[in-house]
Amino acid sequence: MDFSVVIEYFPKLLEGAWVSVQLIFLSVLLGGIFALPIALARTSKNPFVNGLPFLYIFFFRGTPLLVQIFLVYYGASQFEVVRESVFWPILREPFWCAIIAFTLNTSAYTAEIFRGAIQAIPVGEVEACKTLGMTKVQMYRRILLPRAFGIVLPAYGNEIILMLKGSALASTITILDLTGMARTIIARTYTPIEIFLTAGVIYLAISMLVIAIFKQIEKRQNSYLGPIGSIKVPDKG
Amino acid sequence: MILKKIALSSALILGASLSSISGVAADKIRIATEGAWAPFNFIDSAGKPQGFDVDIAWALCEKMQAKCEIVTQDWDGLIPGLKVRKFDAIIASMSITEERLKVVDFTNKYYSGGLRFLGKTKDAFDTNNLKGKVIGAQRSTIAAQYLEDNFADTAKLKFYDTQDNVYLDLQAGRLDIVLSDELPTYNWLKSSGNGDKFSFKGEAFKKDDNIGIAVRKGDKLKEKFNTALAEILADGTYQEINAKYFPFSIY
Repeated sequence: MDFSVVIEYFPKLLEGAWVSVQLIFLSVLLGGIFALPIALARTSKNPFVNGLPFLYIFFFRGTPLLVQIFLVYYGASQFEVVRESVFWPILREPFWCAIIAFTLNTSAYTAEIFRGAIQAIPVGEVEACKTLGMTKVQMYRRILLPRAFGIVLPAYGNEIILMLKGSALASTITILDLTGMARTIIARTYTPIEIFLTAGVIYLAISMLVIAIFKQIEKRQNSYLGPIGSIKVPDKG
Repeated sequence: MILKKIALSSALILGASLSSISGVAADKIRIATEGAWAPFNFIDSAGKPQGFDVDIAWALCEKMQAKCEIVTQDWDGLIPGLKVRKFDAIIASMSITEERLKVVDFTNKYYSGGLRFLGKTKDAFDTNNLKGKVIGAQRSTIAAQYLEDNFADTAKLKFYDTQDNVYLDLQAGRLDIVLSDELPTYNWLKSSGNGDKFSFKGEAFKKDDNIGIAVRKGDKLKEKFNTALAEILADGTYQEINAKYFPFSIY
């Protein structure tokens, strides 16, 4: 074990970590935005509305992320039509290819999480909305979505951490993210254990940050439930 | 009762197979190659490693009268894998470099190569001045290292897991120019149907690039390989294998 290489290359690894953070932030943000309409369509009882989201989720959950990245990066670029289209300046860049693949992938998972949350809201609450005479839009905006958001948080935090680890696959399409940078350093130093250990520690630190942020949001969002574990006994009237 | 029997017999089978695995591993030489560097090493349609490196490996094993097994391993895992004894030797067109000699031993060379740029036939390049160009190479190769040493500040460098992916991105137009070993690229130009669209740019350089077999530091296998190598060079076996892949000598 030779930890002098770690000190020498630590700034480079941090550079890679920054790329990883950008990848995750952008794809999770975009994925979250796309996931909402997909989830709402998926909860519809109309087969014409829920059919397409079902297939979308089925495809992106059922195939490996690596295959999806390769399809976007190497697959699309094989076609002359793609190379001459207006999208080429974007599809040319490995960074945006990774964002596209990650966004498609995470939006499928997130849509499933959202759907589960919407359906987990007790029927009584939905009935209460209807009794109060809310329209469907009002019901979703005022009650169901905010409630679903609270329910979704733990699972959604989990998805972001999965995405963080999945982002290592960006290194396969020449992106110098944390893993890509580590591999490039190892190509020169032949010290896989030292460098990968350090990269692992940096990944852990990013995960811890994500977990901490989610803990805070959960605390605020679900504060009406009281401290975790407490059982509310209604006051005697 | 039946359950007990099943448990017992499966334990016996497991024990037997484990002991047979360890028994074989002791006298078998495990040789690793990459399998993505045609025509030196590649995987054929039956899933078996083939190519110049593989033929040389079998010829050497025959001369050493050793039992061999050829395994494939991703390029940048070859040296780490050798160090932790996943296999005993690397015959994967690996150049003998100072950096690698710090961590492994090499036999004498079994062929020699050189680096050469590759680009679109219609593009003209001054290979000494590639300012602002996007240059690709396989990660962990001497080509990649040469680019890092000479063009890191002036050009945009992109590194790939396999040489095939380098070619794919050259065809896709994401790369302006590629640096790689001359011999596999010679083969690619001839066999991939891209011979008219792409061509070599400039002359080959680093012709002193010697390719050897990597073994662990201090391993006696090195001398055995060297002896066998001298034998196949002397009795014409080497020349036969050479002629299978290239119409000129690559030694």
